[in-house]
Amino acid sequence: MTTLREPLSTTASAASGDGDTTTYREAVGEAIREAMLADDRVFLMGEDVGAYGGAHGVSKGLLEEFGEERVRDTPLSENGFVGAGVGAALGGMRPIVEIMTVNFSLLALDQILNTAATVLHMSGGQAAVPLVIRMTTGGGRQLAAQHSHSLEGWYAHIPGLRVIAPATVGDARWMLGPALADPDPVVIFEHGMLYNASGTVGTGPVDISTAAVRRRGDDVTIAAYGGTVALAMQAADELAADGVQADVVDLRVLRPLDSATVADSVRRTHRLVVVDEGWRSGSLAAEVATRVHEDVFYELDAPVRRVCSAEVPLPYPRHLEQAALPSVARVVAACRALTGHG
Amino acid sequence: MPGTADVALLRSMLRIRRFEEKCAELYSAGSIRGFLHLYIGEEAVAAGVMPNLEPDDAVVATYREHGHALARGLPMRAVMAEMFGRVDGCSHGRGGSMHLFDIGRRFFGGNAIVAAGIPTAVGLALADRMAGRTGRVTACFFGDGAVAEGAFHEAANLAALWQLPVLFCCENNYYAMGTALRRYESQTDLCLKAASYEIAAWPVDGMDVLAVRDAARHAVAAVRGGSGPVFLELRTYRYRAHSMYDPDRYRDRSEIEKWKERDPIPALSARLQEHGGLDPAGERALQDEVAAEIEDAVAFAEASPLEPVDDLERWVYSEAGTR
Repeated sequence: MTTLREPLSTTASAASGDGDTTTYREAVGEAIREAMLADDRVFLMGEDVGAYGGAHGVSKGLLEEFGEERVRDTPLSENGFVGAGVGAALGGMRPIVEIMTVNFSLLALDQILNTAATVLHMSGGQAAVPLVIRMTTGGGRQLAAQHSHSLEGWYAHIPGLRVIAPATVGDARWMLGPALADPDPVVIFEHGMLYNASGTVGTGPVDISTAAVRRRGDDVTIAAYGGTVALAMQAADELAADGVQADVVDLRVLRPLDSATVADSVRRTHRLVVVDEGWRSGSLAAEVATRVHEDVFYELDAPVRRVCSAEVPLPYPRHLEQAALPSVARVVAACRALTGHG
Repeated sequence: MPGTADVALLRSMLRIRRFEEKCAELYSAGSIRGFLHLYIGEEAVAAGVMPNLEPDDAVVATYREHGHALARGLPMRAVMAEMFGRVDGCSHGRGGSMHLFDIGRRFFGGNAIVAAGIPTAVGLALADRMAGRTGRVTACFFGDGAVAEGAFHEAANLAALWQLPVLFCCENNYYAMGTALRRYESQTDLCLKAASYEIAAWPVDGMDVLAVRDAARHAVAAVRGGSGPVFLELRTYRYRAHSMYDPDRYRDRSEIEKWKERDPIPALSARLQEHGGLDPAGERALQDEVAAEIEDAVAFAEASPLEPVDDLERWVYSEAGTR
């Protein structure tokens, strides 16, 4: 059985109370708007963020509201405008740089790794870079092998960066503020399948240092992030029908990784499935699994299982792309194998 | 007629030359490790450009930046201590030769990825513009090799497109490491590359410190006045190898000797003596003063402590109070 990935239709935001419902796309846009209203130093820069309204529609209306100086369309020069963002941050501004997809961010990786993540250290603590970089990540939209990858794990490898992956509308709305307040570079991953998802906005602020438990259960822990949190939640629903209660941990801060929350969960469930849209080899899932082995090995009743993307560049045809990506069915199967309900 | 300002240029070049010679000696002795890229031969560029900048202006440099740091006013003690990797270094010892920083003096490194500092400079200038700090200039130094990098072209386009106050100082020493300009560029007139972005571009004799100073004065005034970026191609030459690892097999000794005939230091000294700005006793006093400063800097660096290993993971993220 194949369960196709669909956009998240509802989100289990940890926040309750404010019942306003909006889309993930609108939540990100509103977060940017609020930040720009609150602080003159904040500006948005990237390809097609202005006149076009954002390649994913996030910044629609911002050019009209804030003007060309603060909603700055750039040439197709990822390395150049990310580097300009680094310089502007060093110069006292609070830039939000948008990169259209994680694949394009590789053109700017030099500026991100060799400059943004490094100058504080190599200047002996003098040169902090309060830069926010937002980019779209992930597959599921049949965009083939140059627009679909999930490279969050690569960025999470880099000391000096904070890497966050808002998976809910609430986190999309509330994580930007603390990211801009952070004195160091923050990379925000927005999964392309999430933009149309709707959910409750909740209330801020949301911290950008801890994982969030999205669902409570004592039988198995499912750790996921970004686009795979929705899969984990759907899998948990299916498992519940069989009487298996899953604890779903939304990692959401990928660096510095909050493995303590995962370990706490494993102390209750004694079983762990890690869901990661990245390729399995050298994945973030491998890091989570290793830390659990290091920290709570004797709590485990079974080996850690991973549900990752198949080790192929993502193919165009829908059936092959879906087969390559983590799915609800694969998450459910992994959990059943661990809990003896297979 | 040369005046006291010209004596200051001579002092600036001498400080760099003697500092670099001392670094080479200390490298051979094992006190300095890693990569060491000497500026010997190119002193007129940093010494000539820097006096045109104000304290509020910004400087971005490369991995061959000892001269820029000294000319910008970083204390020689702090620069030498950085060579030694000691806590009193200008980057607390974490950067070394290639990563000299002094944010208080708006000296933004010390960047060892060729051309990567150019977008940084564009961003610094953008910040000045957006914050309404008019009249500020960001001077960005880079070599001829950087012009082959995409980062140069992307940044040059941005600076021109947005009319940002950036002074591009291309130090053309005719070699990208060991590869000669004519062997890696289809178009060897580097000013044409800047001009293609509608950036005013002027070639300058980088071996003549007075010519550099005067060209930079005009360029800085233009940039400061808000008419967009300017590109200076400063034609110069490094006498020493690319780094201390480089066996320097790719060029003729005769070529090096030919450039040395145009050495900017004796040229300015002779000129000053000829015009009465400096007498032989004055020159000796200057040499002695520079030698004493270098001795003092080395003693300072040697006395500065090493950082405790317990501090290894500092400055990966900002500490409270950094900003």
